[in-house]
Amino acid sequence: MTGSSATSLRSRLTRLAESATTPLVPADFLDLFAPLRAGADLRGRIEQITAETPDAATIVIRPGADWAGHKPGQYLRIGIDVNGVRQWRAYSLTHGPRADGRISITVKAVPDGMVSNHLVHEAVPGTLVHLEQAAGEFVLNSDHDKLLFVTAGSGITPVIGMLRNLFPSTDTGVLKLDRSKDLDIVVVHVAPSEPDSIFLRDLQALDASGAIRLVARYDDVHGVLKVDDLTDLVADLADRRTLACGPAGLLDALGAHHEAAGLELVTEQFRTARVEPGEGGSISFANGTTVELDGATSILDGAEEAGVLMPSGCRMGICMGCVLPMTQGSVRDLRNGQITTAVPGETGPGATGAVKIQTCISAAAGACDLDH
Amino acid sequence: MTTIQKQAQSPIAHLTPEDIEQIGVELDAIRQSVLDSRGADDAAYIRKVIKVQRSLELGSRAVLLASIFPPAWVVGTAGLSVAKILENMEIGHNILHGQWDWMRDPKIHSTTWEWDMATPARAWQHSHNELHHTYTNVIGKDNDLGYGIMRVDEDQRWHPFFLAQPLWNFINACFFEYGIAAYDLELGRHLRVPKDKRSPQFKAEVRAVLKKIRAQATKDYLVHPALSIPTGSFLPTLAANFTANVVRNLWSHSVIMCGHFPEGVETFEKASIDGETHGEWYVRQMLGSANISGSKAMHMMTGNLSFQIEHHLFPDLNSNRYAEIAPQVQALFEKYGLTYTTGSLPKQVYSAWHKVVRLSLPNGWLATTTKKNLPSQVALLYKMSKGGPKVRRAAQARLDQVARRQDLAA
Repeated sequence: MTGSSATSLRSRLTRLAESATTPLVPADFLDLFAPLRAGADLRGRIEQITAETPDAATIVIRPGADWAGHKPGQYLRIGIDVNGVRQWRAYSLTHGPRADGRISITVKAVPDGMVSNHLVHEAVPGTLVHLEQAAGEFVLNSDHDKLLFVTAGSGITPVIGMLRNLFPSTDTGVLKLDRSKDLDIVVVHVAPSEPDSIFLRDLQALDASGAIRLVARYDDVHGVLKVDDLTDLVADLADRRTLACGPAGLLDALGAHHEAAGLELVTEQFRTARVEPGEGGSISFANGTTVELDGATSILDGAEEAGVLMPSGCRMGICMGCVLPMTQGSVRDLRNGQITTAVPGETGPGATGAVKIQTCISAAAGACDLDH
Repeated sequence: MTTIQKQAQSPIAHLTPEDIEQIGVELDAIRQSVLDSRGADDAAYIRKVIKVQRSLELGSRAVLLASIFPPAWVVGTAGLSVAKILENMEIGHNILHGQWDWMRDPKIHSTTWEWDMATPARAWQHSHNELHHTYTNVIGKDNDLGYGIMRVDEDQRWHPFFLAQPLWNFINACFFEYGIAAYDLELGRHLRVPKDKRSPQFKAEVRAVLKKIRAQATKDYLVHPALSIPTGSFLPTLAANFTANVVRNLWSHSVIMCGHFPEGVETFEKASIDGETHGEWYVRQMLGSANISGSKAMHMMTGNLSFQIEHHLFPDLNSNRYAEIAPQVQALFEKYGLTYTTGSLPKQVYSAWHKVVRLSLPNGWLATTTKKNLPSQVALLYKMSKGGPKVRRAAQARLDQVARRQDLAA
């Protein structure tokens, strides 16, 4: 059989299967039995959750058959239902590629972090989660021997992924592989206090074996790290390529410092800065139109008033005829004051984070982007 | 029955405007209590129902592959009927209402869901969610009242045409999904327009419906029967699928008739909803709907439309919570001296059909007919059917007189 006739037979069989299941698709039935099969939407099943510290855990996931693998340092976007609502977050993959095909993320429960708290404290093995393929430029290039990692809090996770891949830890100690023998790595790791420091034992073991030099800084012992101190902590700072991962404040300061000194810096930030919801705001539409609205006018009424052609229906919140995706921003439900927020990368699949909102009963609670 | 505005003793005459707004506040609080407590258990519920439904459909269709054997035919047809009912009622109807949108699961969302039904989801959402749920029981605005082909109120002038309405209603029940599709298209109104003047939008909608009907019919009447050929079961499987569709249609038609048609459900004048407040809208929903009492399984099979009153008050609340708020809603009815219309399924189906038959006849005819005067009543009816408007008016006046005298004597 030739390739093209095989393809056409296959597409005919697919069409036949679809005509037997319409309006559903065959995958809707296959998902009942084999959600991790090849060809399915990418999912994973949580197999194991191990506490690292009182508020951090490593979650081992068996990914679906179509998982394309990853490089140490890359991150993964994971969709999980918290209180019945699908949430998406990005977490660094903790290991390099593993022999058993499993992947893992290490999550630190942050205050008010809905998803991180759920993953650390509530999630149970067996839970099905939604995945996207690994992504991220925060990986090692082989042309650099002298490296500095600056990490804060859970920002250590992508770095641990890289270090575990470079220096596998075994029962007899840390292995020194050929590919890693020329590396000269310093890790400056910042944490509020020593017990809060995830992966500290791994870092100390790597330090003891001489694989890395660890500079641990605890806020409660050493005071909050100032980026100018780095020159004292790492004498040959200027010779090193810096990779930093942590909260926005640290990365911003480091960026300014390195730019002034003319040094190379690669950064990765997890948590996006959030805007507190307000009263009213400007609504931006996909075609570039912007409408300024107060906090008491529904987006539907306000946008129509401004001449935007909007889908609409009952105008009282029951028919869902006016639903549009909000890709960023917050709205307030005029009926009960409830806030709905869209955060790119967190509240929906893909990079947009689109949340579908009913424009007839929603008022702007800060600037919002509508995909319309 | 007549519209609430024309009744001598209106059931809402005792409510002050303040009462009506207070009813709105109290209903909002009930709604909020569900929003505040919904979460993982609710999400698990709908996923489980979907899983059970799909498994049942798959299993039933597998059994029907050998439907030439009578026990397989019976089991497969029964299973498929239940699966199709669940798919339309508890799953499709409620998802398309946006009851599960809050889960942000793109596969279970009012903007992406499609169902096993002749009418495309988007078309149905317009006529059902937008028109019927907004203008519930408003004569001339809510076409769900009699679907434009039936006499649903004594105030509508009787015409011999309506004598056939029990028959229409039964045929509509058997092929309900096609009736709904025609209704969503507003087929009657559009067909009166000359062919070359019909709007492109209407033509596009017709194409969408025909495409949907073709896909559904191909599945049930061609693909699955063909898959049964190896056991010689082509025709039995075709018959099984046809039966399951008719069973589903009869069932959903009955449930929907029970929602707004039994005695005790009120209708409203078109002018009465001008400038209607939030509280007044709630009161109209309270009086314009009727519940069905019964077991948990019955509620599930009706898609919880047995809680029609709660559904009409809160069409976007997930259906699995209606049972829980029903006692609070009923208490509110009692507090404000309103009638919470409810009854068992047989009682409500009988009540709705009785109304269909009564209204197919001239006003007062059924009430004034006894065994003894049957021949003269039939003769009168014959005269009214054959005669012109003048004859009908005169005969109607006599019927009204007899009915009044009968009322006084009682």
